[in-house]
Amino acid sequence: MSPLNAVLRRELRSYFVTPVAYVFLVIFLVLAGILTFYAGDFYERGQADLQPFFTMHPWLYLILVPAITMRMWAEEAKGGTLELLLTLPLALWQAMLGKFLAAWLFIGLALVLTFPIWITVNYLGSPDNGVILAGYLGSWLMAGSFIAIGACLSALTRSQVVAFILTALVCVLLILVGQPQVQDFFSGTLPRKLINAVAHLSMLRHFEAIARGVLDIRDLLYFLLSTLGWLAAGVLLLDLKRAR
Amino acid sequence: MIETDQLTRRYGNLTAVDALSIRVEPGQVLGLLGPNGAGKSTAMRMIAGFLVPTSGAARVCGHDVSREPLQAKRALGYLPEGAPSYGEMTVREFLQFIVRMRGLKAEAGYRRYDAVVQQLQLEEVLGLCIDTLSKGLRRRVGLAQAILHDPPVLMLDEPTDGLDPNQKHAVRQLIDVMARDRTILISTHLLEEVHALCNRVVIIARGKLLADATPAELEARSRYHGAVSFSAPGSGMSQEMLGRLAQVAAIEVDPLDGRITVFPKPGARILEPVEKLLREQGLEVSEIQLERGRLDEVFRQITTGGDVAGGHA
Repeated sequence: MSPLNAVLRRELRSYFVTPVAYVFLVIFLVLAGILTFYAGDFYERGQADLQPFFTMHPWLYLILVPAITMRMWAEEAKGGTLELLLTLPLALWQAMLGKFLAAWLFIGLALVLTFPIWITVNYLGSPDNGVILAGYLGSWLMAGSFIAIGACLSALTRSQVVAFILTALVCVLLILVGQPQVQDFFSGTLPRKLINAVAHLSMLRHFEAIARGVLDIRDLLYFLLSTLGWLAAGVLLLDLKRAR
Repeated sequence: MIETDQLTRRYGNLTAVDALSIRVEPGQVLGLLGPNGAGKSTAMRMIAGFLVPTSGAARVCGHDVSREPLQAKRALGYLPEGAPSYGEMTVREFLQFIVRMRGLKAEAGYRRYDAVVQQLQLEEVLGLCIDTLSKGLRRRVGLAQAILHDPPVLMLDEPTDGLDPNQKHAVRQLIDVMARDRTILISTHLLEEVHALCNRVVIIARGKLLADATPAELEARSRYHGAVSFSAPGSGMSQEMLGRLAQVAAIEVDPLDGRITVFPKPGARILEPVEKLLREQGLEVSEIQLERGRLDEVFRQITTGGDVAGGHA
């Protein structure tokens, strides 16, 4: 078995031997349900789709993804196991990718476990299941980008609290940057072109496009590239720390 | 084989390791000795590829740690300072994780795993969480991790720290057995360990190499090397007589227990003349000892910058 695989398995196991996994899954599922049915006007809208469900995902990830990723490297640095891990025969990117994939698969599992909502909407009406599938895909891709941000920022510090706050901060910026309110706020001071360019960095905009069922290659590339970019930055950070 | 070439590491203004060049051959057990903060762990971390040297290079079995990190790491078994391991895993899970990380094939992996578990007497704790283990057991788990892939080069940062005397003995025996055809570098601040384990000693302080010798050579640098000590009641007379012996340089009496130590002039052998004199004086001597030299004294002299007979290697 490759070292990457070994890291992945170890990480995934560590979620489940500590309460992290169960606490996360319970909170994620409960919040997803409550937000969809109460805050999202699931019934009142009278439409058989999961739009209100997916709309909540960025905000759920904002709190829950940093909680998963904060320990990723900070805990290893603090506990001294980083020295053990980095003196075993594996490349830094393998360790990073292994940890990332573990977290991503875990979020994937959380998404799969929301299937009762999908069953409900199919029971109540006849939704376009293609759009719902696209929504799940978009949500999972967005989670990947959030995880990559968290992985990178966890490599920056030995403190899990700092990693959590930094990750949540960057994520909220990336969610808000495309919102009309934010754009209006800056429209007086910044040139229109810059605002439009920055708005394209918005997670929300790309996610909503996919969740509507429109699989545009640009939206997919956005998530793929931002994920890879943040992971690469994390590897670079870890490498710099060895030389500092 | 481990080689370092002008290995240097700076943290800001502090030079933790200063142009350290050592070479450890197969069959050697080199003890890296030095006061706390001397740079032992930093040097080892660079050799293991965890820290990047500020300048200089380290090679493990001919593989440059910076240029061919994976080959170097494969050849090396490393126990980091404090024997870190994943606390939430059981001993079995942890060691099997290492088996996978080391890329050991199924059957060979199981064989090595069984052998190492037996060697370090971990059978009874395999199912326990590492977090719940005592310090000594954790150290043994760390050692197991380091030797699991049967590496040609072994580097152990304070391998017996926190072990009781029996466990220390067991670990030393293990290292002794492994030493025959391997290159072993251990760091320690226990001088008894040097006697028990090492056939070569490197002393560093403030990052600099200060001495490189065998334990016996180091002992020979001690003022006590070749001295004769004995206890004898009512030996006031004989002290004067001893002082008149041609080979004797000095005499000291321990103010606490009255033990007399006779120091030879350089190169002189004084056991026989001293014994002869004592017999002639008809003194009752309960026991008499020829001193090999005191490592702690040499260590202190070297690392505090005091004068040491013989100069630096």
